[in-house]
Amino acid sequence: MTWDWQVFLTDDGSGRTYLEWMLEAWRWTLAVAASSWVVAIAVGAVVGTVRTLPGRPVLVALGNAWVELFRNIPLLVQIFLWYFVVPKIFPAFQQVPGFVLVVFALGFFTSARIAEQVRAGIQSLPKGQSYAAMAMGFTTAQSYRYVILPMAFRIILPPLTSESMNLLKNSSVAFAVSIAELTMFAMQAQEETSRGIEIYIAVTGLYALSAFAVNRVFAQIEKRMRVPGFIVSGGTGGH
Amino acid sequence: MKKQLLAVAVAALACVAAQADTLAKVKSSGVITMGVRDSSGALSYTLGDGKYAGFHYEVCQRIIGNVEKAVGRKVDVKLQSVTSQNRIPLVQNGTVDIECGSTTNNAARQKDVSFVLTTFVEEVRIAAKVASGITSITQLANKNVATTTGTTSVQLLRKHERANGVDFKEVFGKDHADSFLLLESGRADAFVMDGQILAGNIATAKNPADYRIVGEVLSVEPIAIMIRKDDPAFKKLADDTVRDMVRSGDMAKVYDKWFVQPIPPKNTKVGLEASEATKTAWANLNDKPAEDYAKK
Repeated sequence: MTWDWQVFLTDDGSGRTYLEWMLEAWRWTLAVAASSWVVAIAVGAVVGTVRTLPGRPVLVALGNAWVELFRNIPLLVQIFLWYFVVPKIFPAFQQVPGFVLVVFALGFFTSARIAEQVRAGIQSLPKGQSYAAMAMGFTTAQSYRYVILPMAFRIILPPLTSESMNLLKNSSVAFAVSIAELTMFAMQAQEETSRGIEIYIAVTGLYALSAFAVNRVFAQIEKRMRVPGFIVSGGTGGH
Repeated sequence: MKKQLLAVAVAALACVAAQADTLAKVKSSGVITMGVRDSSGALSYTLGDGKYAGFHYEVCQRIIGNVEKAVGRKVDVKLQSVTSQNRIPLVQNGTVDIECGSTTNNAARQKDVSFVLTTFVEEVRIAAKVASGITSITQLANKNVATTTGTTSVQLLRKHERANGVDFKEVFGKDHADSFLLLESGRADAFVMDGQILAGNIATAKNPADYRIVGEVLSVEPIAIMIRKDDPAFKKLADDTVRDMVRSGDMAKVYDKWFVQPIPPKNTKVGLEASEATKTAWANLNDKPAEDYAKK
């Protein structure tokens, strides 16, 4: 077995090298992951919060339904449904570009998991916190905004880090709807060049690098947002 | 995906250990491992239940029949399903002794493996809906063209775009069934792929009459059975088997059985008569790589 890293500098038939193609594919992976992350966080935060609202059983039920729907169907199946089945029922969907579709599919899938974390974060706070907010005369909205959510989000930062790294790796399913991202590059380029091992090593490296970068960013956020004296661990929710 | 990566990694480690003399290995172990494909059209495909069939599967059985005669003992045939990602490493490292799938014989691969005489010549064609009125590749400019990720057709389209200054909007299916679904659902106006794969997909479509294979032959590729490099005794035995089959007319009969007659499991017909290119390959048996075909 001999290595042939020169393969990255050869022309792929359209005037660019495989290296240029791979970097372009990396950009697609990052673009899909970043856009779906925005969708996932926005939807996940809202749905997760809604599921803990006191005295709103309909909203809570809707939130629960959202979570169960999107986390009980395998991701690849969801993408397939959006891509092939939904346009059968609503022909207008045919016009939606694959990128938008995969961003929402991936975003919704992850939002269900984030919603679950947000709910857990909120419910892990001692009851005393919301009672204190009520005693201050806060409305429900105010107590969430100023008391509950700031604490809850700090608590869930570690699982949110893992979830964001997962999202980046899950973006590999985008190849199924014709997005030219890293996984598609790997499958295609290894066929064209017959140098599968070199190609897969490089692609694996880029995935690992990207996921680790996400990890470092979150570690920084965690450090900056830390409230002195507030200790997350410990059953008493102590402060 | 994971499985393929693992196979590649294992293959990389085991590469050094490959044995060159297949006949000696089969003689001592009494086992030969045949690489097969799950869905390479009528060339090699699974019937489910660990059983395989197809044109190349049958040719390989003849070769293995002759191996038995040569080594003078009954040989156990082990089937190993391979993919386009792992087939070359698995042949190189000795996991697979003879690969009976749909591998294109090209110059890059000849550095790593050896090919038996070409038994099938693949023509890359265009499939379109009859109603679309598409009859040539020139009509595909700025249209959605489907093809399958991980095939040479993707590169072919890219080169064609550059050479002729046209622009296709390529959509990539993750497998052939997916690509055909793109055509069926209207996401793509045409599907560019190996002729026998197109024919097979059309044959099993809901309304086969809605689709047809149109236009010029975009590329010609020799497809052959793959064996280890530098194993002259095994190569000669396999080549002779192919030669005898052509001479006796069996090759045409076996071809007819898989590509023209109804085939299991659903008794559908691929409906693809042997092309001129395939007949020429039989008339002048050779193991030239695809690059030699392109020059013509």
